[in-house]
Amino acid sequence: MRKIIGIILLIVIAWGIIISLQGIPFGVLRTEVADHYINKGIEETGAANIVTSVVVNYRSLDTLGEVTILFLAAIGLGAVLATIIRKEDRETVKASLILSTGCKFLFPFILLFGAYIFIHGHLTPGGGFQGGAIIASAFLLIYLGCHREKRINETGIIISESLGGLIFVVIGLIGLLTGTHYFLNNFMPKGEFNTLLSAGIIPIIYIAIGFKVGAELSKIIELLMEES
Amino acid sequence: MIFIVSFLVIAMLASAISAYFFKDLLSAVIASYMVSLIAAVLFYLLQAPDVAIAEASIGAALVTAVFVIAIRRTRRHEE
Repeated sequence: MRKIIGIILLIVIAWGIIISLQGIPFGVLRTEVADHYINKGIEETGAANIVTSVVVNYRSLDTLGEVTILFLAAIGLGAVLATIIRKEDRETVKASLILSTGCKFLFPFILLFGAYIFIHGHLTPGGGFQGGAIIASAFLLIYLGCHREKRINETGIIISESLGGLIFVVIGLIGLLTGTHYFLNNFMPKGEFNTLLSAGIIPIIYIAIGFKVGAELSKIIELLMEES
Repeated sequence: MIFIVSFLVIAMLASAISAYFFKDLLSAVIASYMVSLIAAVLFYLLQAPDVAIAEASIGAALVTAVFVIAIRRTRRHEE
């Protein structure tokens, strides 16, 4: 009985997909909105990287949703792992001097690279999410190399995480009050093209996202490493 | 160019299939890490550097670390 119901469901879903796929024109190169981004994107947003101008300027509400999903994932993991009792008596092997010193030496350079990726998000490939993930991998390196020796500052994580989200939403609300009255409107001056201080609110929002994503992913890594 | 891309796609398929067949879960994680790494290189070759950076840092580094931590907490070999 259950098999028959499953087969019927599968046929219905496949039929729905086929019907909806027939509505899409096949073989057409680009949609109109993509042409608009490519031709007018630089002029309208002032960002040299068109991908960034789409992610943070045209589709910034989606980016806010993505950041919220990551935030909820971090909160959920923390809530699940908080109920597990920590095993303190577990025996650990101390890393050798060469490994721990190498990790401590590389750590600031990886942090600097992550910061570069998200500060230059509107000029070169990359952005807040990528820079935040690189910063989290720097913390992962410290946890692997110097386990139980160095720990992440909890207050620092909470402050940078909350400030990042707050700056994102506050800048969006300021955009709602000024100019053309829509959320996350690019109200600041465009500046000189292809310089660091250009593209209006895009660099500010990407720095906020970089801090927020870096703090959240580092928190996830810290929770998992501490519990294992 | 087409030879490099096709070689990378074949290597990616081989890693994905071997990740399914490995009984040692640590080897399976390393094979799926190879899939992510080759996907990052392919994204770069196909002129999507933004996605390549995200794939290399999240897909290759962080996800592999999370899987290795999970294996350390549970069993290493599949029955």
